[in-house]
Amino acid sequence: MNTVLSSVSGAAMQSAEPQQLKMQAKGVDVFYGSKQAIKDVSIDIGQENVTAFIGPSGCGKSTFLRCLNRMNDTVETARITGDITLDGEDIYAPDMDVVQLRARVGMVFQKPNPFPKSIYENVAYGPRIHGLARSKADMDGIVEGSLRRAGLWEEVKDRLQDSGTALSGGQQQRLCIARAIAVDPEVILMDEPCSALDPIATAKIEELIDDLRGRYAIVIVTHNMQQAARVSQKTAFFHLGTLVEYGDTSDIFTNPREPRTKDYITGRYG
Amino acid sequence: MSSVATKRPVDVAGTPRVATDWKSAAMRARIRSRYRSEGVFKFLGLAALGLSMAFLVFLLFDIGSKGLSGFRTTQIELTVTLDPVALNLTADKLRGPNAEAAVQAVDWQTLATTSISDTLGVDADGAVSQGAWNAIRDAVVDDPSLIGTRAKIWVPASSNFDLLAKGKLDRTGPAEDRAVDDTVLAHYDHAQARGLLRTGLNTLFLTGADSTTPELAGVWGAAKGSFLTLLITIGLSFPIGVLSAIYLEEYAPKNRLTDIIEVSINNLAAVPSIIFGLLGLAVFLSMFGMPRSAPLVGGLTLALMTFPVIVIAGRVAIKAVPPSIRDAALGVGASPVQVVFHHVLPLALPGILTGTIIGMARALGETAPLLMIGMRAFISDVPSGFENPATVLPVQVFLWSDDVARGFVEKTSAAIIVLLVFLLAMNGLAIYLRNRFERRW
Repeated sequence: MNTVLSSVSGAAMQSAEPQQLKMQAKGVDVFYGSKQAIKDVSIDIGQENVTAFIGPSGCGKSTFLRCLNRMNDTVETARITGDITLDGEDIYAPDMDVVQLRARVGMVFQKPNPFPKSIYENVAYGPRIHGLARSKADMDGIVEGSLRRAGLWEEVKDRLQDSGTALSGGQQQRLCIARAIAVDPEVILMDEPCSALDPIATAKIEELIDDLRGRYAIVIVTHNMQQAARVSQKTAFFHLGTLVEYGDTSDIFTNPREPRTKDYITGRYG
Repeated sequence: MSSVATKRPVDVAGTPRVATDWKSAAMRARIRSRYRSEGVFKFLGLAALGLSMAFLVFLLFDIGSKGLSGFRTTQIELTVTLDPVALNLTADKLRGPNAEAAVQAVDWQTLATTSISDTLGVDADGAVSQGAWNAIRDAVVDDPSLIGTRAKIWVPASSNFDLLAKGKLDRTGPAEDRAVDDTVLAHYDHAQARGLLRTGLNTLFLTGADSTTPELAGVWGAAKGSFLTLLITIGLSFPIGVLSAIYLEEYAPKNRLTDIIEVSINNLAAVPSIIFGLLGLAVFLSMFGMPRSAPLVGGLTLALMTFPVIVIAGRVAIKAVPPSIRDAALGVGASPVQVVFHHVLPLALPGILTGTIIGMARALGETAPLLMIGMRAFISDVPSGFENPATVLPVQVFLWSDDVARGFVEKTSAAIIVLLVFLLAMNGLAIYLRNRFERRW
């Protein structure tokens, strides 16, 4: 028994019952210029789950994550084929509004990237541009609620007008999560949200992810297998641009079907 | 052969490497030479800095010592006999509805000439400025009650008197080598002794426009011309430059066409300014038939020149905004326009403003292109609008520096001081704005 197996949480074990499908990818290929970064990936993302994407560096897990809210559109050479749906709607359909899509599918990035504005403005920005608050009181409520849900309220409630960039790394990342929550998304994508944080800040973020589960469908890319085991119910293992194995986290870590998965989670490469 | 001799400095093919002797003479020499080169560099840097400071101090001192007296002027008190019958002018007429016509009917110049010989003597024409009659007329119009009295009116002294009062003319030596002859000197000393001379702030210089006589020449016309010209320049080049920079940086597809546009803009910034003047002459004057010598055309021409500088600075500033900020904004569902105007532009603005300052400073000091579009004309009126003939400060400096009259030497330096003050004020404003925008974040 290695440490990875023993750290699989209780929460991860109980995801057997069928649940609503939130996002679905079918036969997705991604090319950067002539180089293929993702090969024929199909995956279902459940409403109630935290889904973890794991795999060695350069395996395409972040690339695939960025397809889910079309952040790859900003990369000029990127070309995506296949189908990705959100609640059955094709997100690459011509009539899909990409701006609204990104509001519905929020994102937290690897490096904490608060706007160089006040803490309040950071959270209020999204709701403001989408017209989610009718009054100042409404906005105050959204800001407080989002910061509370991100577990940051108690730490910053007396200095909401301070710059968001003056916070510590872990606080900045929770601020970014609060900013993502504030627009009331349906899905939250997290691209290695803890890779720039210390273990204590990481633990806080993981707790937060667990709290947010159920309300938002969460997809998290991580390099840290223990983290995947701790926070997720479903795990997808990517290698060289392909989805090698996808299943319940408990199965992936205790009983992988593919030898490549097994080699990776036991630390033979990666 | 000892075993040490077979050891090599570098670990080649398994032979053990000799331990580095950090205290060896060679090592110490290396350290010494390192300190030496650092010392040399520091000295050269300080020398360069000192030299540039010396140049600056020399420049400011030279201009200051020559030009500050240009802001002061000498006046002479004339006794003017204002006989209502001879002038055909009464106080009532001046207050009546046809005052202007009445004033114009008076022969002020003869009145001035008479007053000069009355006050100073028969051959004292050279003591008083040709513009003295203007001062007499203005004094009478301002205070009609002077009519019927022997009024004492201060009028501008001639340039020679002005320079004598400031000690800028050589009084020694043989008469034929001097700028002033003995008659003028005698008159000057006489007037001085009678207390008819005073030196004070040169309001004519600060409020008037160019004149052929130095004591009447003013810099305000050129300063206002510069101001109007730059208003057009910044009004056009700043928005066009910033929008171009944003489009090229954030929206334009990366293809051959954008490459060509980029290269063209970069080249445009390096084109000699006189060529922009020719362009302005050909396009704005010949093709569109815009007025000659007007700040409108000057501003358009300088805008052509300033715009590429702003585009280049703007693109650099926009490029320097971290991509993570764009990602963050896109990630909460901001549209590309919102990303640019809410996040990228405010962060890039200090850099854009720096580029704009550089561009505008260059435009303010530019002479060559404005010569081509006729802004070197002699303009004796302060321009009142964008289409009035005008000149600008650097051109005024150029024109005065070319003038043979002695009195223009100090006017030239004084105009340079005005130009520098203008420049400092403009830069100060831009730096203030830049800091204000920076503090908002």
